[in-house]
Amino acid sequence: MAEKIVKFLSGNEACAEGAIAAGCRFFGGYPISPSSEIAEIMSRRLPQVGGRFIQMEDELASIAVILGASLAGSKSMTATSGPGFSLMQENIGFGMMAEIPTVVVNVMRGGPSTGNPTGPSQSDVMQTRWGTHGDHPAVVLSPATVREVFDMTVAAFNLSELVRIPVILAMDEIIGHMREKIEFPAPGELKVIDRKKPNLKPGETYYPYEAGEDLVPAMANFGEGYRYHVTGLNHDRTGFPTGNPDLLESGNRRLMEKIVKNHDKLIQYESVHTDDAEVLVVAFGSTSRSARRAIEDARKQGVKAGMFRPITLFPQPGEALLKAASKARKIVVPEMNLGQYILEIQRIVGGKLPVTGVNLVNGEPIQPSRILQAIVGD
Amino acid sequence: MGMDYFQYLRGDKMPHIWCPGCGHGTIVKSILRAIKKLEWDQNDVVVVSGIGCSSRTPGYLDFNTLHTTHGRSLAFGTGIKVANPKLHVIAVAGDGDALAIGGNHFIHTCRRNIDMTLIVYNNNIYGMTGGQASPTTFKGAKGTTAPYGAIEDPFDVCNLAIASGATYVARALDLDAVAMDRLIVGALKNKGFSVVDAWTQCTTYFGRQNKWGSASDMMDRYKDMSYNVRLAAKMSDEDKAGKFPVGVLHQVERQEFSEQYEALIQRVQGRED
Repeated sequence: MAEKIVKFLSGNEACAEGAIAAGCRFFGGYPISPSSEIAEIMSRRLPQVGGRFIQMEDELASIAVILGASLAGSKSMTATSGPGFSLMQENIGFGMMAEIPTVVVNVMRGGPSTGNPTGPSQSDVMQTRWGTHGDHPAVVLSPATVREVFDMTVAAFNLSELVRIPVILAMDEIIGHMREKIEFPAPGELKVIDRKKPNLKPGETYYPYEAGEDLVPAMANFGEGYRYHVTGLNHDRTGFPTGNPDLLESGNRRLMEKIVKNHDKLIQYESVHTDDAEVLVVAFGSTSRSARRAIEDARKQGVKAGMFRPITLFPQPGEALLKAASKARKIVVPEMNLGQYILEIQRIVGGKLPVTGVNLVNGEPIQPSRILQAIVGD
Repeated sequence: MGMDYFQYLRGDKMPHIWCPGCGHGTIVKSILRAIKKLEWDQNDVVVVSGIGCSSRTPGYLDFNTLHTTHGRSLAFGTGIKVANPKLHVIAVAGDGDALAIGGNHFIHTCRRNIDMTLIVYNNNIYGMTGGQASPTTFKGAKGTTAPYGAIEDPFDVCNLAIASGATYVARALDLDAVAMDRLIVGALKNKGFSVVDAWTQCTTYFGRQNKWGSASDMMDRYKDMSYNVRLAAKMSDEDKAGKFPVGVLHQVERQEFSEQYEALIQRVQGRED
C-alpha cells in the first residue's frame, strides 16, 4: 500500500494544492490580503505541472481572464478577498449567464470597504449569493478545516464543471491562515469531473445552449471546430441574442432550475449530535469550530445541543436543516457578521422556532463561551 | 477583392445593426480579407469584443466568437490566448470600450506583448448609448454629454499603445480600404501585441451633432486631418501640426508572452538545454 502523504499546511496552501489536484491549469489573479498566498503558490506550482499563471492588472481582469481560459479549455481559478470580490461581480454574472465553469475563492476579511484586511469575517455571505446584478443561480462552498479546504476546492472545480457555473469557495481569514495536519488523498481516491462535451454525429448542428434532462448544456471548447457564439445578452439555444419573451423567460428560468435539478449533487453538510438536539446551532466556516466546542460544553451542563454545519451555503441545505431541527425548541446562528445567513435559516424554519443570532464584527473569532451562553440562556 | 465574404459570415444574422453611412462594415471586410490572405484555419480564429456598436462584430462572423462585458475584451482574450496559444485572437473594440472602461487592460496588454491584435473602431463617440463624448472625442467637438463642446484633450490611441509597449501600431482610415488591408495583415502577422487605430465615421451621432455632414463629407474631413506617415520626412512641422499620421507608426521585435511562458515551463520542469 502506498504511503499516505501527510503535510502541515495552511488553508490557503491546501486550496492551491486542491486546485491542482482537481485539474486546475490556469490561475489569473491580483494580490489582496488575506488571499495572496494562493496566487503566490499557484505562480510556483502551475509551471511545474504544465499550467499557466498570470498576474493581472486588477480584479476586473482577473475574473475575465479565467473565464476566457475556461472557454479555451483550461480549468481555471482566481482568489481574492472582499474588495476584489466586489470588483469581480459583473463578470461572475457573465460566467453565470454564459455558463462558463470556473472557481472564485473569496478569503473573507472584515468590511465594508477596505475594512479590516487581516482580520477574519463572514460578512460576504450574502454577496456570494446575490453579489452580481439580475436573477442568477449560485453555488457557494464554505470549508471549516484545512483538509476540508482541499476537498472543497476539488469539489468546487467538479461542481463548476458539472453545472457550468462559476463556483464560489467562501473561506474566512482564520481558515485561510490556520495550519493543520492534512493527509492527502491517495492518487485514484480523488474523483475529478470534467465538463460534458458535445457528442454529435456528422452533419448534426451543435446548439451550445440546448440542455438535456439535467438542464446543463454540453460545452465545446474554443478551437475544437464548433465555432459557436458566446454572449452575456439573453440568448436562445444557438447562443445568439434573442428578445423573444418566451425564450427570455425559459432561458432565465433554466439557469435557476439547473441548480434545483442537480441539488443532491451540490449539497454537502455535517450534522453533529442532532438526533436528540433540543437546541440546534447552525454554524459554518471557522465559527463552526467554536460551535462544536460550545455544544459539547452544553451537553456537560445537561442541555441537549447539536450542530448543523452547512458546507454548501448555497443552494441552502434546507431539507437537511429541518430534519436536524426536528426535535429542537430553538436555533442559534453564530456568524462573524451582523446577521446574514440567519436570514436564510429564519426563512427555512418559517417562524416555527425561535432563531437567535450570535454576532461579532470586531475582527476576532466568536468564543465558544458566547455561543454556549446563547444555547443555555433563554 | 473578389472574395466570397460569406465563407466567414453568419449570413442568417444579417442585417447588421450598424447605421447607413457607418464605417464599421468597411473594417470588418478588411479584417476578413486579412484572415483570407493569411489562410488562417477558421476553427482556430477567435474574435472577442466588449460592449458597443463595434462589439457586435463577433456575432456576424463564423469563427469562435465571444461578446463579453464593457471594456473587458482584452482580458478575456488574454485568457483564451494564454490557455491555448495556437488560437488566433482578434479583439475588436470601440474607442470608449478600449480606452475608457477598458483603459487599464489596454495598457497592460500592450506591456505584456501577448500575440493578439486589437482593432479599435475609432469613431470618437459612444454610438450605441446615443452620442456621448468619448476619450477620443476631439477637443471642442460636441457630444450629448458635452453639449458646449468637449473641454478635455483626447487620447491618441497610437501614442498610448506605443508608450505602453505594443510591438505593432498602425492607424488606418476607412476611406482607404487598400491601405487598411495592408495594415491589418501586418497587425495579424506580428508575433506580439498589435493595435490598429481604425477610423470610422459615426454619421448618426457624431456627424449630426457636429454638423460634419454626410459619411463622405466625414471621410473627406478625416483625410484632411491626417497624412501618410511615409511622407512625414518630407513634410514641415507646420504641415503636420494638429494632424494624425496614417500607416505603420511603430514596429519592433520583443519577446512574446506565451513563448516566454513556454520556456519558463521547460526551465521549471528541468527540460532546458
